Amino acid sequence: MNPYIPHTRRDIEEMLSAVGLPDVEALFSDIPEEVRRRFQPLGLPPRDEIWVHRYITGLSQRSTGTKLIPFLGAGLYDHYVPPVVGHVLSRSEFYTAYTPYQPEISQGTLTWMFEYQTMVCELTGMEVANASMYDGATALAEAVYMARRTVGGKAVLVPKSLNPNVREVLATYVWAAGLELVDVPYDEQGQLTLSEIPEDTCALIVQEPNFFGVVEDLSSLKERLGKAFLIVYVNPIALGVLEPPGKFGADVVVGEGQVLGLPLSFGGPLLGIFATKMEYLRRMPGRVSGRTVDAEGKEGYVMAFQTREQHIRREEATSNICTNSALCALAATVYLAALGPEGLKRIALLSMERAHDLAERIFSLPGFRPAFSGPFLYEFAVSFSEAERAVRKLREAGIAVAGPALLEKCGVKNAFLVAVTEKRTPEELDLFVRSLSSLAGKE
Amino acid sequence: MPTIYARGQKGRKALALPNLSRKEEELLQKIPEGMRRKESPRLPEVSQPELIRHYTHLSCLNYGVDTGFYPLGSCTMKYNPKLHEDLAWLPGFTGLHPLLSEEEIQGALAVLWELSEYLKGIAGMPGITLQPAAGAHGELTGMFLIKRYFEDRGELPRREKILLPDSAHGTNPASAAMAGFRVVSIPSDRRGMVDLDALKRNLDETVAGIMLTVPNTLGIFEEDILEITKLVHEAGGLCYFDGANLNAFLGRARPGDMGADIFHFNLHKTFSTPHGGGGPGAGPLAVSEPLVPYLPVPEIVKDGEKFRLNYDKPKSIGRVHPYFGNFLVMVKALAYILTLGDEGMREVSAAAVLAANYLRVRLKGTYKLPYDRLCKHEFVLSGEGLGEGIRTLDIAKRLIDYGFHPPTIYFPLIVREALMIEPTETEPKEVLDTFCEAMLKIAEEARTNPALLKEAPHNAPVRRLDEARAVRQPILREPFPGN
Ligand SMILES: Cc1ncc(COP(=O)(O)O)c(C=O)c1O
Repeated sequence: MNPYIPHTRRDIEEMLSAVGLPDVEALFSDIPEEVRRRFQPLGLPPRDEIWVHRYITGLSQRSTGTKLIPFLGAGLYDHYVPPVVGHVLSRSEFYTAYTPYQPEISQGTLTWMFEYQTMVCELTGMEVANASMYDGATALAEAVYMARRTVGGKAVLVPKSLNPNVREVLATYVWAAGLELVDVPYDEQGQLTLSEIPEDTCALIVQEPNFFGVVEDLSSLKERLGKAFLIVYVNPIALGVLEPPGKFGADVVVGEGQVLGLPLSFGGPLLGIFATKMEYLRRMPGRVSGRTVDAEGKEGYVMAFQTREQHIRREEATSNICTNSALCALAATVYLAALGPEGLKRIALLSMERAHDLAERIFSLPGFRPAFSGPFLYEFAVSFSEAERAVRKLREAGIAVAGPALLEKCGVKNAFLVAVTEKRTPEELDLFVRSLSSLAGKE
Repeated sequence: MPTIYARGQKGRKALALPNLSRKEEELLQKIPEGMRRKESPRLPEVSQPELIRHYTHLSCLNYGVDTGFYPLGSCTMKYNPKLHEDLAWLPGFTGLHPLLSEEEIQGALAVLWELSEYLKGIAGMPGITLQPAAGAHGELTGMFLIKRYFEDRGELPRREKILLPDSAHGTNPASAAMAGFRVVSIPSDRRGMVDLDALKRNLDETVAGIMLTVPNTLGIFEEDILEITKLVHEAGGLCYFDGANLNAFLGRARPGDMGADIFHFNLHKTFSTPHGGGGPGAGPLAVSEPLVPYLPVPEIVKDGEKFRLNYDKPKSIGRVHPYFGNFLVMVKALAYILTLGDEGMREVSAAAVLAANYLRVRLKGTYKLPYDRLCKHEFVLSGEGLGEGIRTLDIAKRLIDYGFHPPTIYFPLIVREALMIEPTETEPKEVLDTFCEAMLKIAEEARTNPALLKEAPHNAPVRRLDEARAVRQPILREPFPGN
């Protein structure tokens, strides 16, 4: 028997005889014989735990990329993950439970969901948040679907400065819904320029800070949009120092929550943040925890407004989402609780400080120029005539950045993207500058 | 339950962070005045011991598979091996950025490629994508594929409806509708299977496809499966199989041999990856030959000893995930497949189906069993008729007092007062027996002392919670004083 099945020979015989069947094969007599006959195994022998441990560990060591110093961000960032996060996540009462359908024995999950919702509202300046979506990109796509259900329209205005991977996911969803992506250009500051707003606009998407790391000015956008949705895609760490989008009338704030206590993990699992206005609560996708009382008047939590969800409303549901990213949302909750308001701001400022140190030094090298003149926090695009070559040079020194191909998707030529977090050391910054200095002056 | 906000004091810290070398003011000046944050977000201010005690306390209010028997039907709450947790947290996986170059991510691509090969083999289907982040996301991706396929063949908007048995999981109709299809419900017959006559009546040139759960949500295998898929194909439609219930036939039958065109796996069910309190999971999707060109990009290709990403797929629907899907979940699933091998997988379905049938025969004399026949990995009882005013909800809450997680209740919708029980293969027979005894005892209590059920649970962290109030007077975030 495989190690996770406790049945003994005798157990099996007793159970079979209770069921009145001669053998295990008889349990499958309802599967057409023809189908069973065609079955082909994989040809895999069972393996012992030591073998599997060694084999998978071997695979984990085959990616040379983990040895590079990550000045690579472009949507996912190498922030410090405090051990408190992992220790809480490894409580198996949390991770071996499922959706809290039975609230009386799920108060742990429902309570942290409520805390998480509170923290997301505080960060984004919104009135209500759900308990997570798969990732930032699908959260954004769902926000667009919600905009369509609410205000109609066909045009989805998308700046060229939106993360290209996120944009590709959005494009799939937009195609399926029969909507249309309309490009919004950016200026030399790297900020979006919204000229006219088409009649049938459903939503405008703004990434804050945008893919180039530039801070967008959110003021007066909502006024110009009228009833069309203003959807802001945020980096939640940046909200430690940036004014929350709720202050600018955003209808939905979504974002990628990986930066809140989750490792890079080769891009998954991630955490989709989703927050909106109270008036749209009943149109919002996803689970929500709400405070209530028990039969004795004691405070507790339950899943609220389930009538929006697929298990009740089926094809009329606000979304098909069922399994979400709960454990990642727990990581974010613990991370934010560990940092507190001052800690979150500190992480943002430390990253900024190192980024601006590095930027100033790079841009003092002849030939290296900022691709955009707009304000940035801790990610910035560097223009250089031989950008590919610069990136190769950095690789040779053991440094990873986001290469020109990604920026080219956004219409930026001969540039690479540099992200700096609080984890980067002065020595790593020195190495970065030293690696580029031999190329300096090559115009 | 006090939240973390009820703990701590202003100014307390849980972490020692580096100091800034520049002045805070100087850095903040880099942000234009209008975009600079004016008020701090109200986040907790706690010391590290308070933080850890709070979440440890919360964890103790939860019930997981590691706590006890969790027969939540349709969710396959099997044991989650500890080896997998350690493997998923290896730094070579967690520290890897998905946008590094192909050369630098060979180990991760090897994981994806190997898992892809095994899943294709298990499905008996030639194409796969690992991008979907959960079962429902796989369904939606599948609906997008169907849409793209008919768009490419010039059969849109004519093919606009998706047929759905009335026993389907809620995500199925929701996914079909989200992709812009019209959902047409197909009734079940007396056997609990798709009503073939009703199916035939709905098969015309407007059909894009059917979504079938195999075995269905009653835990019953569609004995006419080959007939159903043949009929749908003859009408020009495609067959989507919801594979959330693969535990029922793992290692014994393949959806590709039943006529499936699209099949989603729930790695967080069949392949033992934990449910995380609601997620994350993973919902890979296998497809038949005609759908391969439409799969999401990138495709992972093996070239000799090297792995490469292929973006050159002009007919692809595009991406459904910004990177490669829930990678760490896939690491766990791969470890599981390797540990089990073919033989271990066959044992899974045998033990899961045997356990379900054992519970079924032991409980059916006492509880109503509306569809009384051989079941697969789960079966559905009705809580009706146990006693005056007793509802399934009461039975579920009383089970909590006996130390069990209740089954799925009120689903599938075609059974009144449904109790959907899925024991999985990882429970000792003693546990199954104790559960039966509790169920039988509860049936007796329903007659002799119904208040015991009505007022249950009695010894959970809280008594029965008022769900209606949470909607009537919504409090969905901490209401800070002065808010
Ligand atoms: C039969 C069935 N189909 C689909 C799903 C949806 O899967 P997920 O929750 O991973 O989105 C589930 C589980 O929730 C299920 O039980």
